[in-house]
Amino acid sequence: MKSNFLYVIYILWLRQIKRYFRSRARMVGSLGQPILFLVALGYGLGPTFAKAGGGNYIQFLAPGVIAMGILFTAVFSGIEVIWDRQFGFLKETLVAPVSRFSVMLGRTLGGATVALLQGVIVLCISLFVGFHPVFVSIPLAILFMFGIAIVFTALGTGIASVLEDMQGFQLIMNFVVMPTFFLSGALFPLEGVIGFIARFNPLTYGIDGIRATLIGVSTMPGGLWLDGGVLIAISAIFLATGAWLFSRIQV
Amino acid sequence: MPTAISVKNITKKFNHTLVAVDGISFEVEAGSTFAFLGPNGAGKTTTIKMLTTLISPTSGSITVNGFDPTKDAKKVRKSFGIVFQDPSLDDELTAYENMFFHAGLYGVPRKDTPAKIKEMLGFVELWDRKDDLVKKFSGGMKRRLEIARGLLHTPAILFLDEPTVGLDPQTRNHIWEYIKKLNKERGLTVFFTTHYMDEVERIADRVAIIDNGKIIANDTAANIIANSGTKSLEEAFIKMTGHIIRVDEATAADAFRKMAAMHQGKNRR
Repeated sequence: MKSNFLYVIYILWLRQIKRYFRSRARMVGSLGQPILFLVALGYGLGPTFAKAGGGNYIQFLAPGVIAMGILFTAVFSGIEVIWDRQFGFLKETLVAPVSRFSVMLGRTLGGATVALLQGVIVLCISLFVGFHPVFVSIPLAILFMFGIAIVFTALGTGIASVLEDMQGFQLIMNFVVMPTFFLSGALFPLEGVIGFIARFNPLTYGIDGIRATLIGVSTMPGGLWLDGGVLIAISAIFLATGAWLFSRIQV
Repeated sequence: MPTAISVKNITKKFNHTLVAVDGISFEVEAGSTFAFLGPNGAGKTTTIKMLTTLISPTSGSITVNGFDPTKDAKKVRKSFGIVFQDPSLDDELTAYENMFFHAGLYGVPRKDTPAKIKEMLGFVELWDRKDDLVKKFSGGMKRRLEIARGLLHTPAILFLDEPTVGLDPQTRNHIWEYIKKLNKERGLTVFFTTHYMDEVERIADRVAIIDNGKIIANDTAANIIANSGTKSLEEAFIKMTGHIIRVDEATAADAFRKMAAMHQGKNRR
């Protein structure tokens, strides 16, 4: 029974991975925005950031852009549930003799893996625009990247479970994804009111964790332990909520 | 003959107000082909969804292969295969991969999976196309693949919700030949819906007609024709259900949900 539970998770994970590697347009297309941010903002705002005493802006920006790549891919991987609902594959999984929790978990792990791969690719690209991370810390940074991926894939799946069609897509972009990104310290140091608001944003802790591991700078008072703890706690909450919402889907 | 499906006085209401299925009862003998007919929005798909555990009835009882879908959903799910009204294949995967994922979801033993996939793809004459992406398949090939997939875990019952809609006569004929062969050779119980009455006369051992959520006929096709004083099942069907064209919503349930939402909105105001 347990092995079948794990096998179902594995095959749904595998499905996401296969779909990702088959869709080259999606792979390349989703890299456009991170590259634009790295080049345009990195080189454009770099001198001003340095003059203001902030140091090397590419060093500051790269972890934020890596997290951005993960955030967008993760949310949209979760939202694929809507496509599956509209184009039928969801029914195939919902009438299968397996728990909906295993279905949701497999999809979420698959989507999170895809998002992590996207983040690793952005990390590699950032090396070519002048980012110099602490290489030995990359495995630890990848754990934080995976934490972000899990949190936001589960969020995307939860949101998609209550949406009937893609009409709500713009709503999610404008009221969930973009505020999450801009209020996370990805692009600028967190101070004042924005800094206070950002403390309620799980992405803030993910980015702080990546920044702390890759360049040795943490702005959160609890450091890596707090970052990791918050990501684990929010992952658990979002997975549980997402699973509950997913279990209530009617087709 | 043992009973494969037993439905006793089931009702399905959406949002406690609109009745999609209204106290219907029928039985399907094991190893028979049972046609479930009705105009658009009559309650066919809602009934299939209740039989296949996708939704629960508001009242009444169902047994599928001896199990109650509301209590033993997993056992019921293991015992049937289904071909939905809308395609449910993953177009970005190959035919083999679609079968492989289905085998995993339905607990087909891993060591048996390759042989079962080969057998079923061979049965629907798609083994040579096993490595092609499904998005390259024609409508008929997709339907055949869905039937093969629905049979992969050796179910006792196959549900077919308008399996031949939108297909040319040759492909329709081909598909029904497969299904009849399965019914004869493997004793498979087939529960299907369709709007093609000639198919029903040719295939079905027994026919039930549902309209406005109620069963209005349940007999052999020959008896329904004889009792209605008409010459064909199509004429009998029209005589019993009327000439008015029904609203063609995505599904009956969708239509009822939409109506219920409008109704509730009106009440709130």
